[in-house]
Amino acid sequence: MSENRPADPRITDRVTVARAVAWRSIHNFLTNPAFLIPSLLFPLFFFVSFAGGLAAIGEVPGFDFPSGYTAFQFVFVLLQSAAFGGVFTGFAMARDFETGFGRRYMLAAGHRSGIVLGYSLAALFRAFVTWTVLTAVALVAGMEVAGSAGEIVALYLLAILVNVAATLWAAGVALRVRSIQGGPLMQFPTFLVLFLAPVYVPLDLLSGWIHTIASINPVTALLEAGRGFISGDPVVVGLAFAIGITLSLLFALWAKGGLRSAEAAG
Amino acid sequence: MSGGLRNQIGQLARRSVLRTLRQPAQIVPAIVFPMFLLAVNAGGLKDATNLPGFPTDSYLTFILAVPFVQGALFSVMNSGTDLARDIETGFLNRLALTPLRGAALLSGLLAGSLVLGLVQAVVYLTVGLIAGAELAAGAAGALVLVALSVTITVAFGTIGLFAALRFGSGEAVQGLFPVFFVFLFLSAMALPLDLLTTDWFHAIASVNPVTYLLEAIRSLLIEGWELDQLALGFAIAAAIGTIGMAAASSALKTRLVRT
Repeated sequence: MSENRPADPRITDRVTVARAVAWRSIHNFLTNPAFLIPSLLFPLFFFVSFAGGLAAIGEVPGFDFPSGYTAFQFVFVLLQSAAFGGVFTGFAMARDFETGFGRRYMLAAGHRSGIVLGYSLAALFRAFVTWTVLTAVALVAGMEVAGSAGEIVALYLLAILVNVAATLWAAGVALRVRSIQGGPLMQFPTFLVLFLAPVYVPLDLLSGWIHTIASINPVTALLEAGRGFISGDPVVVGLAFAIGITLSLLFALWAKGGLRSAEAAG
Repeated sequence: MSGGLRNQIGQLARRSVLRTLRQPAQIVPAIVFPMFLLAVNAGGLKDATNLPGFPTDSYLTFILAVPFVQGALFSVMNSGTDLARDIETGFLNRLALTPLRGAALLSGLLAGSLVLGLVQAVVYLTVGLIAGAELAAGAAGALVLVALSVTITVAFGTIGLFAALRFGSGEAVQGLFPVFFVFLFLSAMALPLDLLTTDWFHAIASVNPVTYLLEAIRSLLIEGWELDQLALGFAIAAAIGTIGMAAASSALKTRLVRT
């Protein structure tokens, strides 16, 4: 009987490691205000600044987004917080390796990929906490949601893919550098790729060099799909999910290489 | 000022300037990061100039004021982190054993912020003008703009000194960075005050001093010589500097008593 077959020890071991690493990382996140508060405040600042301070941009000729500028910016801040949830977890990982805790993880874990999995689960948890607060604030601020329940679920699934990809990117850097000094290397490319997308206005309203870059920036498709979901008019859905999955797979390989590098370093 | 005090300030100022110039990690982000945001905002928000009542047809000219204030925020981190390191490494304790005056210590430490502010202002203005921004106040306006920018940078630098003396930790000073960004984000940073259509945001931006620092810089870039706006900008920077210096002096006394 298949239900009596013992579980694969490699999988149970990996899951046990991941659970332990995730628990510690989540515990640190929830109990240390220095980690918790910036994670919550940064996205809120961006949201308040963009949605509140730039509301008049919604009246620019040619700007046509049915759910309004608040919803338009909400999608960007949601995806941005997803990405930075991953980057901040990369910081925690780098700090653990810098202080020697990461090395103890490496010695104790039977299956070391469980370490990366654990940090990824913690990053997802961080992102869920941030999204809960962000969504509540956006709704209180009067954000219009025209998308169906399924479309909103799809929006958050897209955000999960962004979070996973960013975490694996940051993990790859953290495992190679093994010092918090690698922080800018995790953060700056993420910041760059996010802000070289159509952040303030749709792609059609951009011109010049920024239009050229935004047109080939994969984040553009993610943003357009997300904004389509929230306004109930889905666009480039297949492309966005394909990009999200491809980036996650590529960065999983990058993180795996980082794990090998950390192992080789002893 | 007595010769002894001048000598003390000179020695510490020299150390502060050299320390700033020898750390590319302090100078490079303070220049590159604001320039990157300038490029992104100037490209992404170009259409804002189509809004009725927008004061110029060049968004680059309008947004060029932001790097000057944003760069000044870096001086909070730089001056504060340097002093916090002196506290952490025990250098301040050793200074406390000398006849050094508190005023000399604080003034000398601000010399690094002053030099950083000068470098930043010249780079921002040069890059902005090369990229096509306008400077309505002309060459004399450029000098006033640099002077205002340096004043703002030094004023924010005093807050970094206070934070370092109050908390005694570089990590705590770094933690202040997001707090100061809130002031920038909740100001008339991206649109003029009149075009902030969200009531609560307009109300916050109206009482946020950063709005008036930005308007003073913008007046030189967009309008020419608007003495009221310029005077208000200099007065606010001077007020921030005075309050910051008073708080830092008080914190220095407490810190030296503790040690």
